[in-house]
Amino acid sequence: MAEQRVKLYQAGTFVVGNRLLEPDERTVQARMDRSNSLTSGHRACQGCGEALGARYALDAAMRATDGKLIAANATGCLEVFSTPFPESSWQLPWIHSLFGNAPAVASGVAAALRAKGREDIRVIGQGGDGGTVDIGFGCLSGMFERGDDVLFVCYDNEAYMNTGVQRSGATPPAARTANTKPIDGHPGNAFGQGKDMPRIAMAHRIPYVATATVADLRDLECKVERAMELRGPRYLHLFVPCPLGWGAQACDTIKIARLVRETGLFPVFEAEDGEVTTVAKIRRQVPVEEYLRPQRRYAHLFGEHGHPEIVARLQAMADENIRRYDLLPNDGCNALATHEGVKTLHPAGDGAL
Amino acid sequence: MFRQIEGSAAVAETVARCRPEVVCAYPISPQTHIVEGLSDLVRAGRLEPCEYVTVESEFAALSVCIGASAAGARAYTATASQGLLYMAEALYNASGLGLPIVMTVANRAIGAPINIWNDHSDTMSQRDCGWIQLYAETNQEAADLHVQAFRIAERLSLPVMVCMDGFILTHAYERIDVPTKAQVDAFLPSFEPRQVLDPADPVTIGAMVGPEAFTEVRYLAHAKQLQALDLIPQVAAEFADAFGRSSGGLVRGYKAENAETVVVALGSVLGTIEDTVDELREEGVSIGALAIKSFRPFPLEEVRAALGAAKRVVVLEKALAVGIGGIVSANVRMALSGIQLHGYTAIAGLGGRPITKKSLRALFTDAVADRLPPLSFLDMDWKRVEAELQRMGEGGRSGPHAENVLREAGIVAARSH
Amino acid sequence: MSGNGKPYAITLDVGSSLANHTGSWRTERAVYVDRLPPCNDACPAGENIQAWLYEAEEGDGGYERAWRKLVEDNPFPAIMGRVCYHPCESACNRAQLDEAVGIHSVERFLGDEAIERGWRIELEAEPSGKRVLVVGAGPSGLSAAYHLTRLGHSVTIYEAGAMAGGMMRFGIPQYRLPRDVLDAEVRRILDLGIDLELEHKVESAEEAMREGGFDAVFLAVGAHIGRRAYVPAGEAERILDAVSLLESMEGAEPPRLGRRVAVYGGGDTAMDVARTARRLGATDAVVVYRRTRDRMPAHEFEVEEAAQEGVMMKWLSTVKRFEGGKLLLERMELDETGFPQPTGEVEELEADSLVLALGQEADLALLEGVSGIEVADGVVQVGPNMMTGHAGIFAGGDMVPAERTVTVGVGHGKKAARNIDAWLRGEAYEPAAKHRLADFDSLNTWYYADAPRAEQPRLEVARRASSFEEVVGGLDEDNALYEARRCLSCGNCFSCDNCYGVCPDNAVIKLGAPGERYEIDLDYCKGCGLCVAECPCGAIEMVPEEV
Repeated sequence: MAEQRVKLYQAGTFVVGNRLLEPDERTVQARMDRSNSLTSGHRACQGCGEALGARYALDAAMRATDGKLIAANATGCLEVFSTPFPESSWQLPWIHSLFGNAPAVASGVAAALRAKGREDIRVIGQGGDGGTVDIGFGCLSGMFERGDDVLFVCYDNEAYMNTGVQRSGATPPAARTANTKPIDGHPGNAFGQGKDMPRIAMAHRIPYVATATVADLRDLECKVERAMELRGPRYLHLFVPCPLGWGAQACDTIKIARLVRETGLFPVFEAEDGEVTTVAKIRRQVPVEEYLRPQRRYAHLFGEHGHPEIVARLQAMADENIRRYDLLPNDGCNALATHEGVKTLHPAGDGAL
Repeated sequence: MFRQIEGSAAVAETVARCRPEVVCAYPISPQTHIVEGLSDLVRAGRLEPCEYVTVESEFAALSVCIGASAAGARAYTATASQGLLYMAEALYNASGLGLPIVMTVANRAIGAPINIWNDHSDTMSQRDCGWIQLYAETNQEAADLHVQAFRIAERLSLPVMVCMDGFILTHAYERIDVPTKAQVDAFLPSFEPRQVLDPADPVTIGAMVGPEAFTEVRYLAHAKQLQALDLIPQVAAEFADAFGRSSGGLVRGYKAENAETVVVALGSVLGTIEDTVDELREEGVSIGALAIKSFRPFPLEEVRAALGAAKRVVVLEKALAVGIGGIVSANVRMALSGIQLHGYTAIAGLGGRPITKKSLRALFTDAVADRLPPLSFLDMDWKRVEAELQRMGEGGRSGPHAENVLREAGIVAARSH
Repeated sequence: MSGNGKPYAITLDVGSSLANHTGSWRTERAVYVDRLPPCNDACPAGENIQAWLYEAEEGDGGYERAWRKLVEDNPFPAIMGRVCYHPCESACNRAQLDEAVGIHSVERFLGDEAIERGWRIELEAEPSGKRVLVVGAGPSGLSAAYHLTRLGHSVTIYEAGAMAGGMMRFGIPQYRLPRDVLDAEVRRILDLGIDLELEHKVESAEEAMREGGFDAVFLAVGAHIGRRAYVPAGEAERILDAVSLLESMEGAEPPRLGRRVAVYGGGDTAMDVARTARRLGATDAVVVYRRTRDRMPAHEFEVEEAAQEGVMMKWLSTVKRFEGGKLLLERMELDETGFPQPTGEVEELEADSLVLALGQEADLALLEGVSGIEVADGVVQVGPNMMTGHAGIFAGGDMVPAERTVTVGVGHGKKAARNIDAWLRGEAYEPAAKHRLADFDSLNTWYYADAPRAEQPRLEVARRASSFEEVVGGLDEDNALYEARRCLSCGNCFSCDNCYGVCPDNAVIKLGAPGERYEIDLDYCKGCGLCVAECPCGAIEMVPEEV
C-alpha cells in the first residue's frame, strides 16, 4: 500500500468533542450552548438509551434549524418520564397527544405552519418502536405517503417498555419479553416476525431514511443534519438500548449499541428516495454472542440449557445483513480512521469522520 | 344570499368562509360531499391559506387537527358513524387538551350491522367525550351553527361538534341563505389560541397527570361546559343580530307554553313533529314541542323551565341505549328531577327508518291518552321480532338475528334445510 | 406549574423538571480522578510524559509548552530522545492496542526544536545563598547542577576530564548522539550560571567541600574504568578496554584497530564498540559472547542495527588466548541453570585487536577515609534521599547501585537536587504521593483512532558503515505531531467531552476554559456509570455513596 500522509487527531471524531478539532468540527453535544432539549430532572432509568437518543437527535435538529423546531411525541417511556405533572424536561415546544397518532399530529403541526407561511419552523414526530411500527404504523404510512414535511424519529428499544417490556413488532427473534418468555423450551420471541421499518419507509420512496445508534454520536448528528436539509417526510430509526428492559447494566448502554452495529445485527445506513446511499462500515467485527451475552433477555440462549442453534441463527442473520448492506470495509483491513479535514459523512462511512 | 343548494354544499361553503387553516378529509357516507366541497374550494383558490390534508383514517383526521390546532391553526374536519368511533380516543384527547376544533358529524347509525342511514347513535355514543354537541334542525341552521361553533370553541378552548342528520339534511336541496364572507369575517374574529406550540415561547402540552390533580382537571373541563351554557345563547343572540335570523341556542320551544303534552327531540325530525303538532293543535289538543339544540352541555335549567308545567313529556329519540332504553330521556329526566309528570320515551328512526306524520300522529295521540308504555318503538314490526325471539328461545344455531329477521321478511332466501 | 392562561396541569412550563433532583436516586457517584500513566511511572527521570505529550499534541505553541514541561524534570530531551532505552515505551498501554507511542521520538523532536529555536530557561527562584559542589559533569552531575540552579542554589562542577558530558560524550558513539546536539544541551545548562571547572579531579570529596566552602556536595563520578578480565596474550597484541576506546574517539586521532576486530562482551557497549570498529574501517567486527543472543544484556535494537551493519556474532564463546594475531576461543554450553559451561572445544579467530567490553567500575578513591561512607559491590550505598552515610555528601549515577543508563543518572540528579534543597533548609524532601496506576483495563480504547506508529527514517546500511553520521533520523513536525497524538492520555482527562456528551441526565457540567475539565452535577447524577464506561482514558471512577 502506498504511503499516505494523514493527519491524526488522537481520538478523531469518535469522541464527543476533541480539543484538537476546531469547535465547529466537533459534535453538537460538545457545545456548551447545546439546546439540552431534554434536560435534567427527568425520570428515566439510569443509563436510559432513549433519553440519550432523544437529546442527541433533538439537539442536533435544534442546531440545524436554529432553534425553530416543534416536537410531537407518542405515548411511551419518553413521554411519561419527561412530563409527569408538574415537571417537564423539555425545553422546546412539545406536544403529546395519543399513542398511535404522533405522525398525524406532527403532520397537523406541519400543515398549520404551512398555512401560516411559517415553513421556517420545522417539525419532528417521535415515538418508541411500539408507537411507530405497531399502533402508529397507519398514521406513519399516511404521513409518508402524503409527503408531509416531518422528520419522524423512532427510538427503538425493541419492546413496549413503558408498560412493562412486552413484545412489539420490533422485538428481535429470541428476545425475552414479558409475553415472549422462554418457558418450556420456547426460544423467546419467534423468528420470522417483525417489521423492517426502515425498509418499509424506503418503500414509500420518501426523501430520506436512515438508521443510527446512540453509540455513534457523530453519525447520528450528521444524519439529523442531513435530514433537516431536506423537505418532505424523513425517517430516522434510532437503536436505543434499555438497561432495565434488556437486563443489561446501566453503564453498558453505549457499549451494547456499539456491539449491535459491530456484529452486523443492526445495519447502519442512509437511503434517499428509496435507495441505500451510504453505509456505516463495521470497524472491528465481533460475533453476535458478544452482543447477546451482556443482556439478560438473551440469557436463556447460554449456559447449561442454552440454545447454540439459536445463536447460530442470529449469527446467520447478522451475516446476511453484512452481505446485503456490504458492511465490512472493502480494503480488507479495518482502515485508518483519520482523514484530512473533518467531512462528516462520506461514502466509505467508517463512522469516525 | 339565498341559493338552492345541497345541505353538504352549504356547510362546505359556510365552513370555508370561517377561514379554517387546516381541513382534514377522510370520506365516510354521508359526509363525503362536505369534504369534497371544501376540496374544490381550496383548489379553486377560494379558500386560502388552507392546507387540505387527505388522511388515512378518521383517527388520523382528528389527530392532524389536534396537531394543527395546537400549532395555532383553525382546524376542521367532518365524519360520521364508524368514523366517529374510530377517532374516539382522539375526541377525548382534543377536549382534554382544550383544542377548539370544529367538526361536522353527519349523524348515521353504528354497526354491526353496518347501516349507512341516519340516526343519532354515533354522536350519542360520544356524548361524554367532552365536546360541545350542537344539533341542527335544518340545513340553514346546520350552516349557521358552524359559524357560531368556531366562535364558541375558540372562546372556551373546547372542541365543538355540529350534528346534522345524514342524508336527510346533508343530501337535501333546500333554499339556504349562505352566509357571505363579509358577514362571517365580521362575526368571527381570527383565532387567538390560549396555548400554542411556538419556538419563540415553548411550552409542554399533554403532560401526564396523576391522582393528585386529575379530579381538578376534569372538573375544569366540566366547568368550561357550564360556561358554555351562558355562551351558547349569547352567541346565538349575537348571531341573530348580525344575520337577522334565529339559529342555535340551547333549546327552542314550539307551541310548548301551556302545552299539556310536550314532545322533545333533536335534529331534523322536529320539522315533522312540528307539522304534526300543528295538526293536533287544530283539533284542540294541548300539545307542543321542544327542540334541544345543545345536547352537551345539557341545558338542565332551560329544559326544566320549558317542561316543568306540562303533564306529560314524550321524548322522541333516534338512538337506543341497548340494555336500558332512552338516552335523551334519561338526560331530560334529570332536568325534571322532583317534578311529577308522565314521561314517555319513543325510539324512532333507527338506521334511517322514515318517521312519518301518520306514525307521529298516532304516537302523540296515544301519548295524550296515556296509552303509551314508558318505552315504545315507533313502527316496530313486532311479529318479526317475536318470531325471532321464539327462535332464540329454541336454542341451537339460529344464526345472526339480522339475517333471520330479513329471511322472515322474505328479503333473503330461506336456507335449504 | 402553568400560569398565564395555560391549561392547568395539562400544559407545563419548559424545563420545570429541574426541580426534581434525581441525584437522590443514586447509590454510587462518578468522581473524576487522575491516575498515574504507566509511562510516567516507568521513566527513571520522573518525566511527566503524559503532560508534555498533551501540550505537544496541540502543535504550534504547544511544542514549546511541551518542552518547558519536559525540562522541568529532564534537561536533556534531545539527548534522551536519542540514547534513552525508553522504558516508558515498554510500559506504554498503546502497545496493547497496536504499538507503543514513540515517546522518545517526540522527545527528540522537542529537544531538537528547542535547540533550533534557542528556547531558553528562565530562573525564577530566589537565590538561596547556598553553594553546592557537583563532582562529575556527566548526565547525573549536570542534571543535579541544573535542578539545583533552578531551585535557587549556586552550583560549581568539578570535572576531571577535558570536556563535559561524561558517558554521553565518552561512551556513546557519535552515530547515536551527534556532538553538536550534546554540546547544545550541555551549554544550555551551563548558561544558567553554573561554574564548570574542567580537568579538576577531586582527590578527596571532604576536602573539596571544605576548601570550597560548599554547603553540600553531589558526587557523580560515574563508572568509567573498564573492567578487565585476564586474557593470556602476547606482548604485541592489541587489547583495549571498551571505555578507553570510546573515550579516545573524542580525541584528535581515531584509534587504530586494524581490519579484524574482536569485541568481547554482550552489552550495549560491546555493540557500540563493534559498530564503531566497522566505521573505523574494520572489515570484520566480531562480537564474542559466552551465552546466547536472547541472554545478551544488549538491547534488541542495538543488536539489530549492529547486525545490519555487518557486525558478526559469535555466541557461546569465551576468549582463552590472544596470540599471533589469532584469538583462541572456547565453545561454551548452557547448563540446566542457563550458566555457560566450557566444552573443551576450541576454535581460532583471526583478529588484529581485541576490545574488552566486560563492564565498568567506579573510581571511588575520592571517598576513602570519609566517615560514614559504605561501599558494596564497587558502588556507594545511598539512602532513598540519595545521601551517603556522611551528612551532606550525596551521590548518584553509575557510582551508586542502579541500572546504568543515562536516564537513570539524570533521574538521580533530579532526586538528589530536591533532597539537597530540602536538606539545606533543614527539612526532608517529601515526594508527592503517587496516584494509582492507569492500567490498560481502565481504558476504553474504542475511541482512539487507528494509527500505526510513525517510523523514524534510518540511514541506509551502506552509508552507515563508512561514516559516523547519525543512523536514526528524527521525525519531521507532521510525524512528531502525529506520533504525539497517538498517546492515549492514560488516566488523565484530555477534554474529549465524552462524559459531557454521554450522560442521559445532562448531569455533567463542562467548565469551559481550556484545561478546566468537568464537574458532576450531583443534583442530577443518577450514578448510571456511563461516563466511566465511555471515558477513553479511565479518568473517572464510580465511588459508592454513603447510605
